[in-house]
Amino acid sequence: MKRFGVFPFLSLLLIVTTAGSLILGKYPIAFRDMAGFFLFKFFHVGQMSTESCQLLENLLLDIRLPRILAAILIGASLSVSGTAFQAMFVNPLVSPGLLGVLAGGSFGAALAMIFFKSWVAVQACTFVFGFAAVLISVGVAKIHKGNTVLLLVLGGVISSGLFTSLLSVVKYIADPYNQLPAIVQWLMGGLSMIEVRSLVVIGIPQVVSIVLIALLSGYLNALSMGDEEARALGIPVEWVRMLLIFLATVMSALTVVVAGMIGWVGLVIPHVTRMLVGPDNKVLIPASALIGAIYLIVVDDVSRMLFNVEIPIGITTTLIGVPFFAIILKKARRGWS
Amino acid sequence: MSHISVRGVSFGYTNKIVLRDINLDIAHGEIVTLLGPNGCGKSTLIKLMLGLHRPGKGNIYLDGTDISRIDSKTIARTIAYVPQIHRSSFPYAVIDIVLMGRIPHKAFFFRYSKEDMNVARNAMERLSISHLAERPYTELSGGERQLAVIARALAQGAKTFIMDEPATGLDYGNQLKLLDQIIKLSGEGYTFIKSTHSPEHALWIADRAVMIKNGTIVADGRCDEAISTESLFHLYNARVSVLRLNGSLRVCVPQTICGCRESAGDQEEESLL
Repeated sequence: MKRFGVFPFLSLLLIVTTAGSLILGKYPIAFRDMAGFFLFKFFHVGQMSTESCQLLENLLLDIRLPRILAAILIGASLSVSGTAFQAMFVNPLVSPGLLGVLAGGSFGAALAMIFFKSWVAVQACTFVFGFAAVLISVGVAKIHKGNTVLLLVLGGVISSGLFTSLLSVVKYIADPYNQLPAIVQWLMGGLSMIEVRSLVVIGIPQVVSIVLIALLSGYLNALSMGDEEARALGIPVEWVRMLLIFLATVMSALTVVVAGMIGWVGLVIPHVTRMLVGPDNKVLIPASALIGAIYLIVVDDVSRMLFNVEIPIGITTTLIGVPFFAIILKKARRGWS
Repeated sequence: MSHISVRGVSFGYTNKIVLRDINLDIAHGEIVTLLGPNGCGKSTLIKLMLGLHRPGKGNIYLDGTDISRIDSKTIARTIAYVPQIHRSSFPYAVIDIVLMGRIPHKAFFFRYSKEDMNVARNAMERLSISHLAERPYTELSGGERQLAVIARALAQGAKTFIMDEPATGLDYGNQLKLLDQIIKLSGEGYTFIKSTHSPEHALWIADRAVMIKNGTIVADGRCDEAISTESLFHLYNARVSVLRLNGSLRVCVPQTICGCRESAGDQEEESLL
């Protein structure tokens, strides 16, 4: 209960990271110039030539800011859905892809890249198949009676397996000169194709989902005590769990829609956050949203700055996440049994 | 009107009948112990009385209302479930576990209020475990975990506790402390329904013993009448003498150990001192 003190610190860190990332880039901008631009643009304070104002507006508001906002939304979404899944499935090795949403979304995207030309169709298809994959997992669990959590996990294995192999089929029939490289590159994940319009479309449902999951976080604590105990506490377990799965699926499917596969964020960030603020989901959910956002901004900075060519962010998150997870594993295991 | 009334309840899974035509009435303030071998249906009966399962046949009434018509939050405000001690997978602070007891009093979207916090702290105070509030649940001893879960049940505000083998997994000292705690709360008007594998626990603290075998109730009555050499042999297929110490306290001793296998019938009810 006393861990709420981290929020001012994390919020400040998020602001600093955002500001810092606006300055960073192939075309470096001095902090003074950025501050001057924002003061001039929004408060009409100070002076600035139309030309440099135009340049800064283009760089800061049209190129860098959308990308940073996307990193915030995606980082927060993946972390929150990972945290919710870990609590709900009482398993530390669970990530947002557990029920197949990432596999389904990838298949949908690849399919649409071959059969449709429009980018909107690709995005719609990604979302639909991400959702379909989760529905299959839930459906498989519903057919059989028994331990729901276990059956959902098995349903997820089945559904992920199905869509992973279907994705291979699509890759196999794709034109190897144009379509296949596009699919492969898209699967590596990246924030370079973010547009302001799609940012609004994904942002609103993601923010709503995060807020709703935060409001349901008291149930997450109880759900991780087991279904029967939770039901004896008066919780409509089935319905709360389906609502949580629905919200987590919306959030993570939308990350695939705009940025492809970004792995390991939803696995590593919940662990890191739990080490910082403890396991109470009432604190953990909002804290993991902030830490996930900060993390993805930083990783995106690394991806675009480290080499001359931009590295797809999905590769960077994995390359950072894997060794990091290996190191924290020992500590993360504490308290798990 | 009885507090909990089980009327002609049968329950089973597709290929196995677990309970057959169970009738049981429990009054306010009683301490009722369910006895029976593994797999006899005790836990199923407990889950039925908590409203977690629906009976295949028959009805269960809570204060006169069919439990299947009562919403789960209302049930949770009346009956608290104390499960066997378990290892929670997350190292929640004890206070967070106790706070869960407030969920049946909250709206669908909720945040715990100051009052919830006070109720939770108060519950811990009553069990003298306030000092554990910020300790991780996973690092507690079995006895402390059991008290934490009982504190949660107190925070729930329910006056009836249904306990599934609460003593299992506790060391000897903590088993006795648990019994003390039950006696104390019973004195404050709480009703207890608990299953146990130890007939002595029933003899020591319960008003009533209900014996279940193969899904039916084979004996139901005051402990000193229901728990006997014959009934225990019938129930567990074990030869045990029920001996009376000075006064009315009774103990169970295996006949192989007290060396009275041949004359079991005579030894029963013998006063030792």
